[in-house]
Amino acid sequence: MKSHILAFSLALFSALHTPALAQNVDPKDWDAVLEQAHGQTVYWHAWGGDARINAFIASVGDNLQARHGVTLEHVRLADTADAVTRVITERSAGRDAGGAVDAIWINGANFASMKEQGLLFGPFADDLPNWALVDTDANPGILVDFTLPVEGYGSPWAMFQMVFEYDSTTLPEPPRSLDALRAWIAENPGRFTYPQPPDYLGTSFLKQALYGVLDDPAILLKPAGDADYDAVTAPLWAFLDEITPYLWRQGRAYPANEPALGQLLADGEIDIAFAFNPGRASAAIADGELQDSVRTYVFDEGTLANSSYLSIPYNAANKAGALVLANLILDPEIQARAQDPDVLGFQTVLGLDLLASEDRARFDALELGIATLAPDQMGTGLMEPHPTWMTRIADDWVARYGTGQ
Amino acid sequence: MPHPRGWSLVPWVSIAVLALPVLAGLVGVVAPAFGYMPALGGNAVSLAHWQATLSWPGLPAAIRLSVVTGVAATALSLALTILIVAAWQGTRSFVWVTRALAPLLALPHAAAAFGLAFLIAPSGWLARAASPMLTGWDRPPDLLIVNDTWGMALIAGLVVKEVPFLLLMTLAALGQTDSLRTQLVARALGYGRVTGWLKTVLPRVYPQIRLPVYAVLAYSMSVVDVALILGPTRPPTLAVQILDWMTRPDLAMRFQAAAGAVLQLALVLGVLVLWRLAELAIARWGRNWAASGERGVMADRGLRPLAALGALIIGAVVALGLAGLVVWSFAGLWRFPDLLPQSWSLRNWTGQMGSLGPITRDTALIALGATAIAMALSVSVLEAEARGNKTHAIALVYLPLIAPQIAFVPGLASFALVLGLDGSRLAVMALHLVFVLPYVYLSLADPWRAWDARAGLSAQALGAGPWRVLWAVRLPMLTRPLLIAFAVGFATSVAQYLPTLLIGAGRVTTVTTEAVALASSANRRLIGVWAAVQMALPMLVFALAILLPTLIFRRRQGMRVT
Repeated sequence: MKSHILAFSLALFSALHTPALAQNVDPKDWDAVLEQAHGQTVYWHAWGGDARINAFIASVGDNLQARHGVTLEHVRLADTADAVTRVITERSAGRDAGGAVDAIWINGANFASMKEQGLLFGPFADDLPNWALVDTDANPGILVDFTLPVEGYGSPWAMFQMVFEYDSTTLPEPPRSLDALRAWIAENPGRFTYPQPPDYLGTSFLKQALYGVLDDPAILLKPAGDADYDAVTAPLWAFLDEITPYLWRQGRAYPANEPALGQLLADGEIDIAFAFNPGRASAAIADGELQDSVRTYVFDEGTLANSSYLSIPYNAANKAGALVLANLILDPEIQARAQDPDVLGFQTVLGLDLLASEDRARFDALELGIATLAPDQMGTGLMEPHPTWMTRIADDWVARYGTGQ
Repeated sequence: MPHPRGWSLVPWVSIAVLALPVLAGLVGVVAPAFGYMPALGGNAVSLAHWQATLSWPGLPAAIRLSVVTGVAATALSLALTILIVAAWQGTRSFVWVTRALAPLLALPHAAAAFGLAFLIAPSGWLARAASPMLTGWDRPPDLLIVNDTWGMALIAGLVVKEVPFLLLMTLAALGQTDSLRTQLVARALGYGRVTGWLKTVLPRVYPQIRLPVYAVLAYSMSVVDVALILGPTRPPTLAVQILDWMTRPDLAMRFQAAAGAVLQLALVLGVLVLWRLAELAIARWGRNWAASGERGVMADRGLRPLAALGALIIGAVVALGLAGLVVWSFAGLWRFPDLLPQSWSLRNWTGQMGSLGPITRDTALIALGATAIAMALSVSVLEAEARGNKTHAIALVYLPLIAPQIAFVPGLASFALVLGLDGSRLAVMALHLVFVLPYVYLSLADPWRAWDARAGLSAQALGAGPWRVLWAVRLPMLTRPLLIAFAVGFATSVAQYLPTLLIGAGRVTTVTTEAVALASSANRRLIGVWAAVQMALPMLVFALAILLPTLIFRRRQGMRVT
């Protein structure tokens, strides 16, 4: 009986719900885009767990309002998957226009899932006026996200590479490879941990470890289903079984995410942390959250590298506004602000030789940051494995370590 | 008086406001639990989602955690409350203790939980105070205290908030039981304070606080925000896991979440039944114990200090915890084991100014709206009752307090999504009303009924109609309880986490969703800022509720507190 009532109500609701007039946006006609965007409010769904990033997004919102009359609302996500859920749910409910999500900060499994299901608007990236300043020759990696070609369905706006962070006063010589780390953890019980998968950074550490334990990591670039998954990942679980008793809290609890891991380093609870943003430590030091003796380093075998994208859902209510936002975050002034070590320390996607001289000067004026490595010290950037690895490893981790108390 | 018939309908408006959302939400959970939710692609009734939920490897541990933490927190809170009242009622210290603990009612659970976490964590204030002198720690010890696998931190966080609640509920009940004279008789017969109280007063008080106790039990078993801050993580409690399933990208997980929510509901109902059976067993044993004639004079010697210590610890934990939040919000670099920050900074506050303003404003607007409507409904129900339209169905006010939020709010969220109503402040306010109304009604009902009707009779003798009596006599005379009820409602709205999160859909944020979202980041400075605002907002309204009457009535001798 109840389900009949439900079916009836749902049918009624669907009949009552008339989708907003579909809005035709042509990114190639930029003047029309700007005109349409004026007065719109763009809901940018972006991870909201880091205060510095939130403040930066707010400052982009000020620029967006001042330059283009577009209002930016930062919808702070605990997990980017929440925004994907939202779009999928809207499509299931028949809301093919007027959707709540206008723009998403995205990459990896979330990008793959949305692109494969046709949930993204585009291609649009090549049509952004500031695209001409993006250096795809020097950074071909930004056109491929987790082995999948982006094909203009996302606009890259920052590049990342995993770096390890340590306090140089308590740990003069940090372990510079996975094998060295393995030995160091056993010798220093309780002084290392990683965020609890399926957290993004925590799962990334598992992938980094997978690179370290495999003889031929090239297999990771193919979908996990194409390989003998159990055989490939067996050394990873062996590695984790070995280190878990020596982790912080003996592996009985894990920090929730990157900021929580960083806080443990700041509190002196652990000696080694890591982050995807090579400038995070410097920015945290500038904010007085981290002691200024913290430094960063990379593994000899290389560390994972990837990019962040801005994508627009197919049913976004304010596509024009979202396009203007996508273009604005490629603006040299904004990119230089993101790269400022005191602000975020993100790596720009722009080619400095493509910039006008006054814009280039903005970048030249930036210092590296006290704990940040110079570009030639960053070592090898490892390609992100196919997104299927990330999801399967995260699920397996939860089954093996996440529910055992 | 207009239509007498109209007045008999009045209580039903409030009952509809309370019961319909709960029932609709339950439908919106039960149907998808069995695979039926056409809007989300579920067209056939099936048990597949139950299989998925039941085969989740963390389920046994999650269920055990929910039951153990919920029952332990409730039993501890109730025992401590009874002990405090039994040991100290009628003394000056008792008045002092109840006055000190009463403001804690306005404190949102999340803020109290953060305060506790900052205090007891290995890098928290207690460890810092004892280090390195007493402990020899020059860095935080590798101890799992917050988020411990047994849920002890979670239990502690619930107890510090539920004892004040149960204490105030017991105080209200004591007024109707002639407890002081009863106790005097018991003591004259040679009974010790505690034993005498337990044997003669408790049997009459407990039936009156039974529903609040059930509300505490259901809440403790299914709470989300406190469990996110203090609870275990591998696995979390069932309620937290349901929320996790609710927010996964894979739609099938919503069905699994629905099945989990039904399981949670069954769990709460099952434990409530067991609790009731335990009540009966204890009552049976208690009758024999009372008849045994044992005086228990010696017991006072241990129990009275124990009760005082319990109350003192709760007060101290909350006060220190909140102070810790404020200190962290102004902290620059603060290394272990320093007791205070090496540097102080306004940056944590100035950096948040952009979002603090609008979010605080939204929080206050939602709370004001929901509370104003709840006040109007409560006054009309009580006035209808005063005019002879009483219905026993009003006991349904406890429904939203006893039905676990995690069991029906997800269902409402699915409806709101299909309707396109989610993400609006009005929808959030409407759902807050469901939780605000019971507290406003319960807080107003006793003073309303206790009002001396002779004042109304005098006014009528002078020619005033029933409306004039209401506006010109009853409401002004009840200014104090009205304002307190308003403050209680306001605090309830501010503290709502799950309804705001799921109906607000990320586009409506309040200081509470903002603070809890920061919990996982462990950024104590920012948590300090937001939790401080979260605690200050309801406290401010409470302070106004207490101060305003003094200002308004400074020229009216008869309205002074005596």
